[in-house]
Amino acid sequence: MSEKSNAKAYWKENIRYVLILLAIWFMVSFAAGILFKDELNTIRIGGFKLGFWFAQQGSMYVFVILIFVYVRLMNKLDKKYGYDA
Amino acid sequence: MMHSLLVEGFGVQNWTYVLVGITFTLYIGIAIWARAGSTKEFYVAGGGVSPLANGMATAADWMSAASFISMAGIISFDGYDGAVYLMGWTGGYVLLALLLAPYLRKFGKFTVPDFIGDRYYSNTARLVGVICALIVSFTYVAGQMRGVGLVFSRFLEVDINTGVIIGMIIVLFYAVLGGMKGITYTQVAQYCVLIFAFMVPAIFISIQMTGNPIPQLGFGSQLADGSGTYLLDKLDGLSTDLGFNEYTEGSKSTIDIFAITLALMVGTAGLPHVIVRFFTVKRVRDARKSAGIALLLIVILYTTAPAVAVFARTNMIETVSNKPYANVPEWFKKWETTELIKFTDKNNDGLIQYVADESKNELFVDKDIMVLANPEIAKLPDWIIALVAAGALAAALSTAAGLLLVISASVSHDLIKKMINPKISEKGELIAARLSAVVAVCIAGYFGINPPGFVAATVALAFGLAAASFFPAIILGIFYKKMNKEGAIAGMVIGILLMLFYMTKFKFGWFGGGTKADWWFGISPEGFGTVAMIINFVVSIVIMKFTPETPKDVQEIVEKIRIPSGAGAATH
Repeated sequence: MSEKSNAKAYWKENIRYVLILLAIWFMVSFAAGILFKDELNTIRIGGFKLGFWFAQQGSMYVFVILIFVYVRLMNKLDKKYGYDA
Repeated sequence: MMHSLLVEGFGVQNWTYVLVGITFTLYIGIAIWARAGSTKEFYVAGGGVSPLANGMATAADWMSAASFISMAGIISFDGYDGAVYLMGWTGGYVLLALLLAPYLRKFGKFTVPDFIGDRYYSNTARLVGVICALIVSFTYVAGQMRGVGLVFSRFLEVDINTGVIIGMIIVLFYAVLGGMKGITYTQVAQYCVLIFAFMVPAIFISIQMTGNPIPQLGFGSQLADGSGTYLLDKLDGLSTDLGFNEYTEGSKSTIDIFAITLALMVGTAGLPHVIVRFFTVKRVRDARKSAGIALLLIVILYTTAPAVAVFARTNMIETVSNKPYANVPEWFKKWETTELIKFTDKNNDGLIQYVADESKNELFVDKDIMVLANPEIAKLPDWIIALVAAGALAAALSTAAGLLLVISASVSHDLIKKMINPKISEKGELIAARLSAVVAVCIAGYFGINPPGFVAATVALAFGLAAASFFPAIILGIFYKKMNKEGAIAGMVIGILLMLFYMTKFKFGWFGGGTKADWWFGISPEGFGTVAMIINFVVSIVIMKFTPETPKDVQEIVEKIRIPSGAGAATH
């Protein structure tokens, strides 16, 4: 593969990862914590209503996980395309 | 004598002097050890900071007086609505790690206006970048100085203005001497101080109220009194009894919550003092990793804050509501002298009526005091109360220092070196950087003494400004090769002007002012950054379609920054 098409393929995979992870980012915060909060609030875990929990706790835990997943995926991707030097 | 000393203890004020004294000495010591000898050390700490140290420094830089002092207080008054700050100020790191940090690190420059100026091959774009960076950073730093003054005035019982001046001198000392290098290592220490100071009282109170030592779980647990009632249910009940909305429901409209959260997230990713932190690590992969570490360290405090809010709110209502004013605890009287708590006995019954109905409510409590007063309300030991004061100072000072560095680098590097006098020597530039830091501290101090509003409100607007100006220009610069200088400049100018217009119209009453009923689409000034950002994107793309194409060599640079390997050190 030429250098140029190698870079192109790398970028394409990177964008795919980013889109998937950002979809999850949107789901846990804007969807679960804001738009569908009232529906989720009918479910309870201990003292927490679920929508309230996503807004004030859950979304933040997922954010941290998302970044570390991205770090792992990208380190692998860098290696696959020889950009880990 | 001995006896009375033992009974009275060492006292909150003495403990505060001791803890604040120790931490300040530590910061100054680090500053002397890590002073900067070159512009590279002054701007980006030499570019060799480890991801862990950078993550800690980013977290301290990030968590300001607003996070430490104001946030839990705002949540405790706004209930569910407070989630905008929690999600907004953490979710931005996902954008930062996935969309910005790695590419800006690969680009390898010193400042955000540097990126804007080079990517858009234009000194006009650079100048617009500098002006935006200055507006954003000054709006933000004013809030920090006010936080410093607040802590000094309450705990050391000095005048609030004296407090601001003491804070200025300390920041001046290590920012001017150490530059980014001094700031980075001081911030590592400040992170430790502030997280310890935030967690210790939270854990104590969580055990006290629910028996669970983990505050994140505690506020969803049952009360420790054996009643089997969940804490949140009790607080919902207390709130509705007094005429407030249910704590877990909130009162803002969904569209406003959505807009504010998005504006804060995007603003976070566009803040120059946060972005610049990712120029200090060695490799692109380190930039990604340190964004993750920074967020992890931030989330420890951010997930605790809503628990603190619930504890403080419940405790406060139970301690004062319908209790005789003659018997109020000592902390109540002390805060009254700072006028951050006010009581007027409207119906002359000697009891404190704290209710939602403004005509009957007799108690005013400033949101900013909740975190500071919380350990006192829960009757925790004196040293913990003092620890909170030291932590609040660490939070305010670390952020102020980071912002001052952005301001000084914008002036000495972007304005003087890149635009006014490119022939300036390394030594001359370093002197210019230090001088502009001095001027910036003085201006920040002025705003701290004459504050434009309360801490978090001012800070929230800085995010709108960053969202409206930088974020689209940087994103398009990386992900849209064809974006040209005309589009980016027009987008930034229109975005930030629109945000300034909306903010001054509804916050300061300029341009005819207006009330909540006049908000566009029902969106508050805090959330308007989202609208201004979208307009920035649209304007950029439309203008681009009608103006000359981006030069081929610039498009090639964009292709290069998308590949992580070979990220050299930051260069001029």
